[in-house]
Order: sequence, then C-alpha cells, then structure tokens
Amino acid sequence: MIRLDNLTKVFDTPDGAVVAADHISMEVPRGEICVLLGPSGCGKTTTLKMINRIVRSTSGKVFLDGEDTSGLDTEALRRNIGYVIQQIGLFPNMTIEENITVVPKLLGWDKQRYKTRARELMDMIAMDAEAFLKRYPSELSGGQQQRIGVARALAADPPVMLMDEPFGAIDPINRAVIQDEFLKMQAELQKTIMFVSHDIDEAIKMGDRIAIFREGKLVQYSEPDELLSAPKNTFVESFLGEDRALKRLNLVRVRDVISDEIGTVVGNDTLTTARERIDAHGYRDAILLVDDRRRPIGVISRDTTGSHQGYCRDHMRGLPAVVNLGDDLRKVASLMFAHDTTWLPCVDDNGTLCGQITQRDMTHHLGSRYRARRSAADSEKPVGS
Amino acid sequence: MELLQYALDNLGLLGTRTLEHISLVGVAVGIATLTGVPIGIAITQNERVARAVLYVASIIVTIPSVALFGVMIPILSLIGQGIGYLPAVIAVLLYSQLPIIRNTYTAIHNVDPALREAARGVGMSQRQRLRMVEIPLAVPVIMAGVRTAVVLNIGVMAIAAYIGAGGLGTFISRGISQSDPRQLILGAVAVSLLAIIADYALLALQKRLTPKGMAVSSATA
Repeated sequence: MIRLDNLTKVFDTPDGAVVAADHISMEVPRGEICVLLGPSGCGKTTTLKMINRIVRSTSGKVFLDGEDTSGLDTEALRRNIGYVIQQIGLFPNMTIEENITVVPKLLGWDKQRYKTRARELMDMIAMDAEAFLKRYPSELSGGQQQRIGVARALAADPPVMLMDEPFGAIDPINRAVIQDEFLKMQAELQKTIMFVSHDIDEAIKMGDRIAIFREGKLVQYSEPDELLSAPKNTFVESFLGEDRALKRLNLVRVRDVISDEIGTVVGNDTLTTARERIDAHGYRDAILLVDDRRRPIGVISRDTTGSHQGYCRDHMRGLPAVVNLGDDLRKVASLMFAHDTTWLPCVDDNGTLCGQITQRDMTHHLGSRYRARRSAADSEKPVGS
Repeated sequence: MELLQYALDNLGLLGTRTLEHISLVGVAVGIATLTGVPIGIAITQNERVARAVLYVASIIVTIPSVALFGVMIPILSLIGQGIGYLPAVIAVLLYSQLPIIRNTYTAIHNVDPALREAARGVGMSQRQRLRMVEIPLAVPVIMAGVRTAVVLNIGVMAIAAYIGAGGLGTFISRGISQSDPRQLILGAVAVSLLAIIADYALLALQKRLTPKGMAVSSATA
C-alpha cells in the first residue's frame, strides 16, 4: 500500500517559487496499479519521484504499508522500491545478468541466490536466460531492454513499484505486447504500483485507479470507468477527450453485457423451422446455426427461408464473426462495424455458444451510467429551480 | 647511412636514454593520473570550482616549458634539487593535469542523466554509483586524456635534458652544442617514434579497459 499525505514540492526558480506538487494526498491499495495522468508539467512525475526521494519533498509524508518512510535511510528505501524509468537506464557496462542482479547484490545476497533469481526473472519476462544473461544492453532491442528494466526493478521482489512512463519510448506494437505481458505478470505478483503516463488509453488499460493531475494538484482520483463516465470538471472532461464514452468500450467485457437468450437452429432443422424461430424471436435478418456441441458454424438468412425449401445445413451462410466472453467491447464494436451487423454470437473458451451481444445492449450498458448520474443530479436539484 | 651507422654504434646509449625518457614521462604522468582523476571526479560536484580548476590547469599548459624549468630551479634549489630528475617530473606532472582533469571531468559530467537516475533509483550510494557506473563509463575518455598527456609530454621531456634530467633530449642538446646533426636527428627521430608508439600502445590499453558492453555499442553504431 502506498499512502501520500499532503506531499508537496516547491521548486525555487529564478522567476520565484513554483509549486510542482501541491498537498497531494492519496492512497493506492495493496496490489493495485494507480496511473498518474496529466499533461506535461502537471506534477505527476514529481509526485512519483518524491516517493523514492529522487526528488526531495518540501513537505508531507509518504507511507509504504502503513510505515512512515521519512525515518528510513534513502538507499535502503530505494532498494525496497522497484523503479522503472522511460529511458530504461540499463547500465551499458554491465551484462544483462549484472544489471538485473544489481539490487540483490546491493542488498548483500549471496551469489548462488542472486544467480538463481536472475534465471527466475528471465523466465518471468519470457526471455531465454541462456541466450541473454551474458549479453550487454546495447545488443538488445528497445522492447527487450525495457523488459530487462522491469526485471531489474522486480529483482529483490519489492512490494512497491514506481514506473515513470515505462513504455513511452517503445513503438506502439511492442508497447501493447509489453503492456499485456506486464498485466499478466502483475496479476500474479500483485505489486502495489504507481505508474506515470500521459497516454489516456494506456492509463485506462493499465490502471485500477487513475489520478488526474493539473498544475500540481490532484484533480480527480477514481477507477477508470468512474472517471470516464463521471468526469469531475471540464478540465478532466476535455483531457479525457470527446470520445471518452468510446474509451469505456475498452473497460467493459462481453460477459458484462451478454444476453443469454438466443434462438438457434441445427443442421437437421428444416428451413421452415428456421423461419418459425426467426419470427418467434423477432429477428430481422438471420438466425444462428450451431453444431451438435452448440458451437456456432453459420447463419440462415431470413430471405433464404422464404425462397428455398430443405434443411438448414444445405443453406447456411458463413458466420461473420464470433466474440469471446473475455473480449472487450471495443473489439466487438469494431467487428460489428466491419461486418455490418448489429449482433454477434458469443462463445466461451471452449467455443460453445453462450449468448449474443447486440448494439442495443452495448449502448444501453454504456448509457446507463450517464442516465444514473443525470437522474441523481436532477433529484438533487432544489424544487422550483 | 651515416646516421644509421651512428645509431647502431650507440645502440646501448640510445636504449638507456629511451628508458630514461620513458621512466620520466611514465612516473610523471602516472602521478598525474593518480592526482588528476580524483580531482576531475571531485570537481563534478561543483560547477564553479570545476571552472576555476580547469582554468588554472589551462594556464599552466600555456607556460613555456623552458620558463617553467627556469622558475623551478631557484625554488627546488632550496632542497638541493634545482636541476635534474625532480623538476622534470614536476613540470610534466603539471602539464599532464589539464588533459587528465578535463577529460575525467567531462566524462563523469556527461554520464547520461538517465543512468545516474537509474543508479540512484536502485539504491546505490554516491560511492557505489561512481565505482559501479560512472567511472567504468568514463574510463575510455579518461584514458584518452592520459594518452594526450603522454604524447604531449614526451615532447616536453626532450627539453628537460637542458636541466640535466637525461632522456632522449640529451642527443638533441648535445647535437646542437656540438654542431653534430647525427645526434640531433637521432634524438628528434627517437622522440617522435616514442611518441607514436606510446600513442598506439595506450590506445590498445584504452580499448582493453573500455567496458565490454560499450565497445559493442560503438562497434555497431
């Protein structure tokens, strides 16, 4: 757990005092990722760096797991906090192994222990220990270097990690891969993480909570869905962008919106049966065809049932797309647009049909937060205004 | 031919003088390295001090060596060392400070701030940062400074023959006073060759001392 209590930084500049961070108080629960987000110069990085004293705070306190860190020795404090920076900062004079064991060595681990740890870490970041441990940072690609940077931060298994735009210098494709890998790792490691970003999409993807900064002040500190559906003021609104409702698509999974009511036919049903079911369910254009294990294999269009006779298996059309319960709505929306359809069948990990997702369900789900908020606001209005 | 014959006839003397020369420069630059590198590191802590130190070192280099020897004679005569080995070593020691201090300062000062931050972030003390990161990274540039000092001072040391310090300059000074071009040219050629060989030898050493990971990056860059 990380708790900041009125953390403040005032820089003395030739033009007078500049308050870079103004009485920041916030708490990151154990095992969560908190993304500090804001335009440049908003104080997010300063706030982060005061936690491991790369920047000295002017006033205020930092608590880690309930313990006031102001009594701790600076070096001891830093060795107990994983630190990842945008420029990666691997030591070019050291091998990969030396780089990732630097903190264990500083902590005085014996050789056997830190060597074993180096191999564990390489497994964790899915890099081949034999191939890489003896190489130098300059021989690695940017993405590989940043993985090593993360491994170095994790080396002594610190409970807390600070990450300053860790994936900012990596190309977008690799960045997405590394973000996914990191989230997978975090699901197991359950570190308490503060993460600076200026990328709203990254924040939504990585953050359990998001803290929006502006001009040294913490403006809003909420969970991503809350943030996007209920921005506190116009600054937050404009920072999140006009398309913030669309960004929420990333946060909602198919399983949150799925309706399990779906009519289907099997190959041995006749087209007449298909027509009856299409009408019974009120479908506009087609009905789903599943195999004997309820896996979607095609669709029977309404037009076909009118113009042809016979069994469904002989008249099916290809399936436009299928979505998984774990997919996010952004992917669903994208598939719907691509295939010009308003609904898609949903399957579980075995490929078995679980239900369907419709555009109506999606807009309804996303809109419900706004409606709830508006009605709450309305009810607060004094009578007669 | 005549020159070659002279050199062959005096091969023993040439060897002795060369060794003297190497030892004079070696001792002087060796001590200069031991003093210059710590000074160069120390002044990275304070920019104003750094500027003052580098300024003084630059001024010293502008003093002609003959003048420097002249100044030292009365001072060192107080301890009976007015001429000979000691003033020669001191002169070279002083001349060597600038390239060594300046290169050390520049190298440490120019260590990538991100690396410095990473080193702080993993919890290295200032001493550990110097030992594990900053000095290893600075070694190639520091060594380049030592090389400059050596090459520069192999020439300066030739003049030290005039204050009886020995070395290859002896051939030159005798060649002039005895109007003997053979000795003059032998001394001059020997000094030049020594400078070139020393430069290459130190370059090889510099490459060896360069941390491996950095050699890789400069090779691929």
